[in-house]
Amino acid sequence: MSRELVSYFAKRFGQLLLIVFIAVSVNFLIPRLLPGDPVQTAIAKLQASGAQQSVDVQAVTNAYRAKYGLDQPMLAQYVNYWRDLFRLDLGVSFANFPETVTTKLLNALPWSLGLLAVATLVAFSVGSILGALLAWPGTGRGIRALVPGLMVLTAVPFYLLAIILIYLFAVIWKILPPAGGMDTTRIARLDIGTVLDVLRHALLPLLAIILGNVGFWALGMRSQMVSVLGEDYITFAEAKGLSAWRVFFWYGMRNAMLSQVTALALAMGSVLSGAVLVEVIFNYPGLGSLLYVAIRGQDYFVIQGVVLMLIVALAGLLFIVDLIYPLLDPRIRR
Amino acid sequence: MSAFAKLRRGLVERRISGTLILGLSILLLIVLISIIGPLFVDAHNATVGAVTPRRPPSAQYYLGTDSQGRDMLTLLIYGTPNTLKMGLIAGFIGVGLGLVFGLLAGNFGGIVDAVIRIVADALLTVPAIAILVIIAGNVDRMTTNVMALVVASLSWMFTTRTIRAQVLTIRERSYVEVARVNGEGALEILFREIMPNLLPFIVASFVGTVGSAILAVIGLEALGLGALEETTLGNTIYWSQQSAAVLRGYWWWWGPPIVVIALIFLGLFLTSVGFDRFANPKLSRR
Repeated sequence: MSRELVSYFAKRFGQLLLIVFIAVSVNFLIPRLLPGDPVQTAIAKLQASGAQQSVDVQAVTNAYRAKYGLDQPMLAQYVNYWRDLFRLDLGVSFANFPETVTTKLLNALPWSLGLLAVATLVAFSVGSILGALLAWPGTGRGIRALVPGLMVLTAVPFYLLAIILIYLFAVIWKILPPAGGMDTTRIARLDIGTVLDVLRHALLPLLAIILGNVGFWALGMRSQMVSVLGEDYITFAEAKGLSAWRVFFWYGMRNAMLSQVTALALAMGSVLSGAVLVEVIFNYPGLGSLLYVAIRGQDYFVIQGVVLMLIVALAGLLFIVDLIYPLLDPRIRR
Repeated sequence: MSAFAKLRRGLVERRISGTLILGLSILLLIVLISIIGPLFVDAHNATVGAVTPRRPPSAQYYLGTDSQGRDMLTLLIYGTPNTLKMGLIAGFIGVGLGLVFGLLAGNFGGIVDAVIRIVADALLTVPAIAILVIIAGNVDRMTTNVMALVVASLSWMFTTRTIRAQVLTIRERSYVEVARVNGEGALEILFREIMPNLLPFIVASFVGTVGSAILAVIGLEALGLGALEETTLGNTIYWSQQSAAVLRGYWWWWGPPIVVIALIFLGLFLTSVGFDRFANPKLSRR
């Protein structure tokens, strides 16, 4: 590995650490910056919401006091906060006292990760190929007619698309389930029935995220491809007599993909924000729904835990994208 | 040259594209309806229990009523300006902050530049909703104005990046060099030579920022973190979700707000695409 590559990875890793540091600090600071005793405020809100009559207020108060350690100086609190994080101690849930936040997060994470990974991969690859085709002179009218549709899909927030999809597929046509991760009566086992059931429930949320994103990738790819196709090396490749197929993929798409991957890194945050809301609309058992239920029940440690998890997961994903980048762009590898 | 002649020249040279006109007309239509609309409906019908609940659209209630007994058309007409207002306030503050940070970073360089750039890049990659949830969840009494401020706090990064990059290239242009040789001071160069050239980018950033601010506001409202006592488009969708309006087939409850929101975003999107062409004549030759 050359020195440039090492310094590239070091820089990227530094950015990963910085994002995690900012996220943790924001989580730590905001409740403390606001006026009033955060414990009292939290308890008052919890009681006002009236959702959890079964909660033992004393136990909750003690948990809060122990967690915050508000009688200590700010710096000591901050150090404690980090120490708890490294022990994966994110506090307990009040709605399901005394289940830990970590358990809840680990239960929800695979659902969100699966949904987001599949949807992003499909939307990104389909969108990129479609966008490249749109810029290619030999493409037929049928595909070009898609552009206005793609623009509308890009403009509309995709969790609103999700509501329309539920109405069409689950209410009017009744061919797909409207909500949930699998049938409520099913006991999860690793058999073909469970897998099919999970897939059937994932189909609509996936469709919502894919439809909402494919236009963004297609339009971005189209404008990149247009400028790449104007380059001299494309003319040269054609003059050499290379097949159109080869020019399209190896000379056109490969170069246009570089900025697509950069855009992927920048867009992941908003994709994730949208996916959280799609989960809420579908009541999908991932991090988004966990967050929603926690917000409704004022389950503060769970809210903080989910937020931290979202930020750290995204920073991790970005780091992976950064690791892939040198494979695409040999100029960094050198 | 009169404004009309300018417009005509723009059209002839194909700088003002159909996209821009379409986008601006959609936005103008929505703004007009928000201004004139309240004259034709009774505000009382937007309060709980004012009309018969769960009526489909009819001659009496053009867009039906929700299950709390509110008239949907009245809700829409009073909700749209509130949603737009939040987007505009957040847009102004976000672009203002972004402009200041971008100018500072691009103009002074060094440690100021490094800090602003690193923080902006880091915040750009963080899912905004995660941080906004923490802030909004800790606000004592949410109003639409507070909501706009909350969203504005994360709306400045994109403008900062754009402005910084532009300042860096404009600084190297020969006319700035000439101004410097002529003895103009640093501030004079900033406001007389650099700022006028930033205008197209400021407008473009503003359109984009308003769009993402409205997106964030509606997202927070859909999570139930909005100003629930006030009428907004996002809150209408939140209440329809709370009453399972989709599964119960009350399409007139969630359908119209979705259409209005979609139109707002479509208008903003077309305006920004069209404006790119307007500000960047090279693009229109393609």
